[in-house]
Amino acid sequence: MLEHKLITKHIGNIDPLSIDDYVGVGGYAMFKKALGMTRLDIHDAFEASKLRGRGGAGFPVAIKLMAMAKETRKPKYVICNADEGEPGNFKDRYLMENNPHQIIEGMLIAAYATGSSHGYLYIRGEYAQSMATMQQAIEAARQAGYLGSNILNSRFDFDLEIRSGAGSYVCGEEFALLESIEGKAGRTRVKPPFPTAKGLFNQPTLINNVETLATFPVIIAMGGEAYAKIGTPTSTGTKLISLSGNVRKKGVYEVPFGVSMRKIIEELGGGVGAGRKIQMIQLGGACGPIIPEYMLDMVIDFERFEEFESKTGAGAIIVIDDRHDMFAILEQVSEFFTHESCGKCTPCREGNVHMRNVLRRFVNKTATEQDLLMLENQARVIHQTSLCGLGQTAPTAIISTLHYFRFDYLNRIEDSMQEVA
Amino acid sequence: MPTITINNLEVRADAGMTILEAARAHNFKIPTLCHYPDLDIKSDCRICVVELIGQKGLVTACSTPVYEGMAVKINSPRALNARKAITEMILANHDAECTACVRNMNCELQRLAESTGIVKNRFESILEVKPVDKSNPSLVRNSNRCIKCGRCIDACKTIQGIGVLDIAGRGHDSDVTTAFGKALADVFCTYCGQCSAVCPVGAIMEKDSTDVVWEAIDHPDKHVIVQVAPAIRVSLGEELGLALGSIVTGKIVAALKMLGFSKVFDTNFTADLTIIEEGHELINRMKNGGKLPLITSCCPGWVRYAEHQYPDLLDNLSTCKSPQQMFGALAKTYYAQRENLNPKDIFVVSIMPCTAKKYEASRPEMSYNGQDPDVDAVLTTRELAKMIKQMGIEFENLREQKFDKPDEVTTGAAAIFGATGGVMEAALRSVKEILDERPLEQLEFDRVRGYEGIREAEVTIKGETVKVAVAHTLSQAKKIADDIRLGTSPYAFIEVMACPGGCVGGGGQPYGTTHEKSRERIQTIYQVDRLMKVRKSHDNAAVANLYSNYLGEPSGKLAHTLLHTKYTPR
Repeated sequence: MLEHKLITKHIGNIDPLSIDDYVGVGGYAMFKKALGMTRLDIHDAFEASKLRGRGGAGFPVAIKLMAMAKETRKPKYVICNADEGEPGNFKDRYLMENNPHQIIEGMLIAAYATGSSHGYLYIRGEYAQSMATMQQAIEAARQAGYLGSNILNSRFDFDLEIRSGAGSYVCGEEFALLESIEGKAGRTRVKPPFPTAKGLFNQPTLINNVETLATFPVIIAMGGEAYAKIGTPTSTGTKLISLSGNVRKKGVYEVPFGVSMRKIIEELGGGVGAGRKIQMIQLGGACGPIIPEYMLDMVIDFERFEEFESKTGAGAIIVIDDRHDMFAILEQVSEFFTHESCGKCTPCREGNVHMRNVLRRFVNKTATEQDLLMLENQARVIHQTSLCGLGQTAPTAIISTLHYFRFDYLNRIEDSMQEVA
Repeated sequence: MPTITINNLEVRADAGMTILEAARAHNFKIPTLCHYPDLDIKSDCRICVVELIGQKGLVTACSTPVYEGMAVKINSPRALNARKAITEMILANHDAECTACVRNMNCELQRLAESTGIVKNRFESILEVKPVDKSNPSLVRNSNRCIKCGRCIDACKTIQGIGVLDIAGRGHDSDVTTAFGKALADVFCTYCGQCSAVCPVGAIMEKDSTDVVWEAIDHPDKHVIVQVAPAIRVSLGEELGLALGSIVTGKIVAALKMLGFSKVFDTNFTADLTIIEEGHELINRMKNGGKLPLITSCCPGWVRYAEHQYPDLLDNLSTCKSPQQMFGALAKTYYAQRENLNPKDIFVVSIMPCTAKKYEASRPEMSYNGQDPDVDAVLTTRELAKMIKQMGIEFENLREQKFDKPDEVTTGAAAIFGATGGVMEAALRSVKEILDERPLEQLEFDRVRGYEGIREAEVTIKGETVKVAVAHTLSQAKKIADDIRLGTSPYAFIEVMACPGGCVGGGGQPYGTTHEKSRERIQTIYQVDRLMKVRKSHDNAAVANLYSNYLGEPSGKLAHTLLHTKYTPR
């Protein structure tokens, strides 16, 4: 079995809106178990689990928990980042709409472990169904006494609210998300300080992705060591993969780290359509690298993916078959970032426009060698100097194709010269 | 004290310093653009990127704190290339017609382009030309030159607590603008001009008056006279290459004569007059149960702020005109009579450290005949410097000259008007001595001096304790005004100046004005005061003559007609 269902285990077996169903399969028991543990024990479990954030950056969860524990200022906040705006990603939505209580339970454990009293679930503006489901689940949890004050007579208080932006991609970036919750425009902040020191309303704040928080009850259930045995030594546990593009069976799949992308595409996704060939895939979403077909045997692993100057991303695999013009895809990606840049820092605000304009010339077959050199320089500078993750990763697709598909660029320039002639 | 390596040199830095601060302390200059000493660190422009050894990306020197063992390279090829490319990107979305810009040769972006070695911009221009907003009486905004550094936003929001400007839109469409893109005349701008003083380029600047002044000077029938505000003499030198804190009073007079002004007068004269009128107003209000606290009204930015935000407190404002407007009113009446001139032929220019003074001069009540303005044109310190440069005057070599009569008699009290707390101190010197009916033992009122946002003092006048307060910047003024509104204000007399440090830090002062420089100018101002023979306004013989020859009694009928004004809720 390629799939390894840990956090999606109950999906399909329970009614997402029924708290009884969730409790029936052992739901909220892990929160109760956590209440019986010391904060240090919980931290140790996460440290042993080697769990890394599932939102894209892969930051070790235990380090954030420890940073939060050290903060004495109150109130502290726990935020679930459900602003799944990255094109090609839909696994957080899948979790929210199919097992909302597991996310609430994860937030409860996080809040208890960090001494936080209030939580926000920041849900992407376009996710109306997720918002409705989560809202009902929150109300049910409150009714059942899992949210509120003195929860289960433990003298632990925690409550939770949903917030949403107006659909801006950058609001998935943690600082822009904080600004948005505070009622300001979604633009990132200068760092340091980091959110665990000065986050929401300048208070200590833990921000984690939906999938990360949904893993919390799993780790409490099985223990950190057992969890760490799944996956690879450096990338432990399972990962939700959002599989899309030119593939037969698109969807969300939970696999252990260490599985090859080819297996995911072929065995879970059923491969590409008849008579088609995989040309390339984009990993992680619009912000991820585009790699050639011959690299598909590479396994899903944080370390391996860092070779692309990008992280694993949130686990999207977008399959692109041989019908597509790479430059048209790159132009679309670039247009996306031009549109979504918040405008705060120079390289992202200005640079994305220039990259898009150059890419248009490649699409129109009017590109020159100078364009190639400029694009290369622009992409490097924007990647290296942008203020937040949006700008830093906006050129990833370009940088990766300049590396793996350089001949295509050179050929297109040659085509351009012939068109002119 | 962490030890860090900059380029290949090991240096000590203070804990808590940023890379930029540590580098500057050791004479490494890292270029910056959005960074401004008194404003928040934004790290938006990304110009100050340096290579941090062991890290993949580049980091901004302005926002990254140092740590033990840190190693940075300021000028690695990677950092240099990035800095150059970012500068090119900015220029590609900037109206780079430098020769047609007021900031030509005095522009931070231009200097950056030069220092990053840009010969030809490799980036194609993506500028979409927008109309220039000239609606505001004091300021002009040309968003085609705006580089979105955010300094003006911070100055307005953080220093002044107003927030007329902000970023709207996102990405390439983001723009520094007013609410709903309204004209700068239609939003609550106090005209203080702090935005224009911190702008690194020519995107927001004072409305130019140099052309009309040149025309007036050239006009055969115009008698063009000029007044010079107290704060100019300690700041103009900086703009013309002299050391910070130089006192250039005599050189200014000489330069203005060379520019072609018929007479050069000192606003200090009417500053003393303001003290006499305002002092009597305070005495009258204290004696007769009038509205207290009395708040100074010589700062037009503050007056505009009060008219807009505190219309219920307008009765607290002194009805005295500002020294600039007292001068204007007297020039078109008293001076016209004395010199036997038709007031319509007199063209009054003032040199002010202030952009709001342009607005003040245009207020309809500031007119001797209900039609023509008392003050015809207001030049900022920067505009005067520009005219001196245009004329090719070698300022530093000028021989000092004296102001024209009758204003050559000035006092230390008038001189300190330029510093926060100065009007208060000048008023106290007069009010206390007049009411106590005996000479002051101590001329300096140290408690109202200093740089704290709000300072308070208790002064014993005629056996009674009088509480006074001084506030500078409008965000501080707000606190004082809120207290008055709540009825919890303990003060009898309050001085408010809209700009940091008072007029020395005015919105029309030389580019690069910081708290540090303003403090320096304030020290120079107190030095001017110490060197004066006469240091109290009511000892100014020329002012006394003006009353006996023309005005009559202080606060009298003619004084009220000419020297007092009224305010309008807005």
